[in-house]
Amino acid sequence: MIPEAIEATKLKEKQTMLHIENLTVSVGNGGSRKAILKDLNLHISEGEVHVLFGPNGSGKSTLVSAILGLPGYNVERGTIKFKGQDITGMSIDERVNMGIGVVFQYPPAIRGIKLNDIANLALKRKSHEVATETRSLASRLNVDQFLQRDVNLGFSGGEKKRSEVMQIMLQDPDFLLLDEPDSGVDVENVQLLGNELSEFLQREEIPNKRRKAGLIITHLGFMLNYIDTDRAHVMCEGNLLCSGKPKEILDAILENGFDKCVKTCLVNTQEQEVEQS
Amino acid sequence: MKGTKNELDLDPSEFTEGDDCQPEIKSLNELSPEMKEELRRVGLMVEAEQSAGTYLQQDQSVSFCQERSANVEVMPIQAALDKHEWLGREYSWNVVPRDLDQYTEDAAKVEKVQGYFIRSLAGHIEKAPVQTCLYMRGGGSKQVVHNIIIAEEGSEMNIVTGCAAQHGISRALHEGISEFYVKKNAKITFTMIHEWEEGIEVRPRSAIYLEEGAQFINNYVILKPVKAIQSNPIAYLKGDNSRVLFQTMVFGKEKSYIDVGSRAILDGRNTSAEMITRAIATDASTIIARGLITGNGDNAKGHLECRGMILSNDARIDSIPELDASNTEVDITHEAAVGKIAQEEIQYLQARGATEDEATSMIINGFLSFDFSELPPEIAKETQRIIDITMDAS
Repeated sequence: MIPEAIEATKLKEKQTMLHIENLTVSVGNGGSRKAILKDLNLHISEGEVHVLFGPNGSGKSTLVSAILGLPGYNVERGTIKFKGQDITGMSIDERVNMGIGVVFQYPPAIRGIKLNDIANLALKRKSHEVATETRSLASRLNVDQFLQRDVNLGFSGGEKKRSEVMQIMLQDPDFLLLDEPDSGVDVENVQLLGNELSEFLQREEIPNKRRKAGLIITHLGFMLNYIDTDRAHVMCEGNLLCSGKPKEILDAILENGFDKCVKTCLVNTQEQEVEQS
Repeated sequence: MKGTKNELDLDPSEFTEGDDCQPEIKSLNELSPEMKEELRRVGLMVEAEQSAGTYLQQDQSVSFCQERSANVEVMPIQAALDKHEWLGREYSWNVVPRDLDQYTEDAAKVEKVQGYFIRSLAGHIEKAPVQTCLYMRGGGSKQVVHNIIIAEEGSEMNIVTGCAAQHGISRALHEGISEFYVKKNAKITFTMIHEWEEGIEVRPRSAIYLEEGAQFINNYVILKPVKAIQSNPIAYLKGDNSRVLFQTMVFGKEKSYIDVGSRAILDGRNTSAEMITRAIATDASTIIARGLITGNGDNAKGHLECRGMILSNDARIDSIPELDASNTEVDITHEAAVGKIAQEEIQYLQARGATEDEATSMIINGFLSFDFSELPPEIAKETQRIIDITMDAS
């Protein structure tokens, strides 16, 4: 077998992490209810990191919200399975305790709750030395001086992201959702965060040793210079219209914009459907 | 119906005078374990070893009074009036007028008024807190208290005062007159914890006089239900470069009617006032958060901040900030925000593993927190310890 095929076989042996089937999600209620995700399918296995591109308003953040189970995102049809279990009706913290973690795009500032309080919260179900781990991570991510400050209050874009990544690394989820990790962050911070996340997602390991999985949402793609990903998808109007190798998809988007990329994809998909039928 | 202002107008003569025959004790250790526990919750170190002095009054009786430091005088007001002939002449009913309202008039009439006299001696800095407690037992009665607190020139002290009442006590009135004098370059940190009962009417009348370079820091905490409180201390910043900081933490529960505020009259040059209030109203409680800063002196600065969180449709928060400037060289500001608990914040904490209930309680506890960055570390630590005890108990 050719090496790629061997790798593919090995990947198949891996446990399913996230499995989304025919998912339709709406927001709002009553007459103003509007479907944002339409019949969406997505499968991510253990050890895989996928990237999701898409123009503003295409539904990327809605997908993150639906996976996390934020109230106000109504699952109209379909299921979200995590590690084989249907999580569609679970609360946020139940999902988090199963191993889902998220780096928010716009984390809220909370008066009176210090970053250190959240670090302790993220660690509370673990047995290891809390203070030491917090300190060493905080120092690596250069957020030491924020531990005793109200979380996100007056933090710059880069500071918020570094604090988010510190929290999530303490939480140590099996599946990580990264919602626009590179937006509002300067080049230096993208590099720092990218390298840390790459290590966290075990991208330096050989593929069949990787266990962590992730989904990176981005419309800029800067983070991809530091994190190697397995597969990319393009979201448009609430559905994944195009999937493929991250590099190729990103190049197509950068060269032609989302519209053309999606059009090309649609042509390809139709051709594939014709071939299949 | 929600409370109205008229409910606060009481006739003090409807309440009988409090019991003045309760026995004096030699040590706080003589108190019952239950009583000790109650006093601990309002910040009293019952062991008393680490305090600079202790004063305990039950109803109209002085139960215990002890001076433990050479830096401060701590004594019952009657004893102090006997000892210092200047006290009655120059300080008593001076910064709080006798005829202010029906409560001051009533208190001025009471012959055997009780209360504490605390005075830090010139140039002395006392780090250990002076602790006082006013405790009410008698239903239908009134506790009338007159306190005089003087920080002499260049002195510093830290007073922690707890107010509490016996569980289940029927309607009773607390009238507390407090007169503070902060002399040149002196500093008082005054932390008051209120833990009343549902039947208690509370009408403190406090005023603070500040000389040049004087500082007064007031921390006020009320977390337990009360019938009604009306308190609005006034600080006269007469001396140049004097400053006041009022931090207020209110948790309105059940049918509590809590009308609290602070006022600062910035007369001196370069004077400053800061007022920070955090209010949470739940059940059918009403919280009125007042603040007044009057800027008269050159380069006077003031800031008033009120944040309220309303957790029930039967509750009410009314923030009433007032700024009054009479000089082109003043800078006074205010900000106020009242709203419900932010869902987004709860969800964020859930995403870090907290349950919805844990997240809500974290946010409430965090919201009701003081900024101690301006306090000396040891005082900040002690004050936080007291607040933590009170929070845990409520």
